[in-house]
Amino acid sequence: MSLRSDLGRVRGLGSANEGTAHWWAQRVTAIALIPLSLWFIYSAVTLVGIDRAGFKIWLNAPGSVLLMTLFVIAIFYHMQLGLQVVIEDYVHNERNKIVSMVLNKLVAVFFAVSSIIALIKVAFGG
Amino acid sequence: MVEFNLPKNSRVIKGQTHTAPDSAKNIKKFKIYRYDPDQDKNPQLDTFEIDMDNCGPMVLDALIKIKNEMDPTLTFRRSCREGVCGSCAMNVDGTNTLACTKDIADIKGDAKIYPLPHLPVIKDLVPDLSTPYAQYTSIEPWVKTDTPAQGSERLQTQEDREKLDGLWECVLCFCCQTSCPSYWWNGDRYLGPAILLQAHRWIADSRDEKTGDRLDNLEDSFRLYRCHKILNCTNTCPKSLNPAKAIAETKKLLVERM
Repeated sequence: MSLRSDLGRVRGLGSANEGTAHWWAQRVTAIALIPLSLWFIYSAVTLVGIDRAGFKIWLNAPGSVLLMTLFVIAIFYHMQLGLQVVIEDYVHNERNKIVSMVLNKLVAVFFAVSSIIALIKVAFGG
Repeated sequence: MVEFNLPKNSRVIKGQTHTAPDSAKNIKKFKIYRYDPDQDKNPQLDTFEIDMDNCGPMVLDALIKIKNEMDPTLTFRRSCREGVCGSCAMNVDGTNTLACTKDIADIKGDAKIYPLPHLPVIKDLVPDLSTPYAQYTSIEPWVKTDTPAQGSERLQTQEDREKLDGLWECVLCFCCQTSCPSYWWNGDRYLGPAILLQAHRWIADSRDEKTGDRLDNLEDSFRLYRCHKILNCTNTCPKSLNPAKAIAETKKLLVERM
């Protein structure tokens, strides 16, 4: 029960003046992921059954490390942006919302950086 | 979290049946949501058998017939009976629409009639529209200028006037607003399709001088960006308008000024 007016409640804390950059980044990463995903699926299929040495040769080919790194960055960035929207949609408890938003960001960065380190290690390591 | 089930005291139970006179040959059953706040009871679904040979063609005609001849306690809003006032918006046959422009002949089987979804119900088919109205007020739906008018009116070219087509026709019935799952989940902060279409009507108006302020007011993860292009709004609009397009146009302007 609150005696606050409907207009006061609707105006709330005001406009956050943000959201456009998030929305735009989601579109840009989505566009980037169309060719990158097709390339990744094609590569994964052609690499079925190959051993580590063969994979290292493939990864050292011109463009492979670059495209793999871009793919990893785009996919985890896009995942983080998308999951944030899902959390905002469905998690209404303020504490749970903040915890899941922070976890979402940390997990995305963790997986992205781990993947990139792995790529560098395989491509340039011994 | 989001509520997927109705709270216990909101579950709809079976109600009374009002039969048609024996002389009736062409009977159509109307199943109508009933809720009386003065009685400590769950809402119920009453069945009314209507003699279609003695009833007008629209859903509103049937509702008025029921109120006049079968059950005067049936409560609903109506005024113009021709799709202009937006009062008789309700959920008919699973879709939000205006009872006055919905042809009974288009309904297969029993006609199921509920109030607009996911709003508090005041009585029967009358929902509480306080929040959508306050949201409408919050976008300040009038021409705002600093320049004094030249002469007695503010002029607009025909081309600029045409930019308002598809926006000005909205009758604020809130069929789209209450069909939107995003509005169901976040209606306290998301402005919803009806309000965002109205907001765009003033953003698109060449006479208005506060476009930037209007965009500032909308640029918010919840107020605007809860729209996920589900398109229930566009599907359900009884005036065949396209709120999703108006929202997309607003987003385009926000990207343009980034």
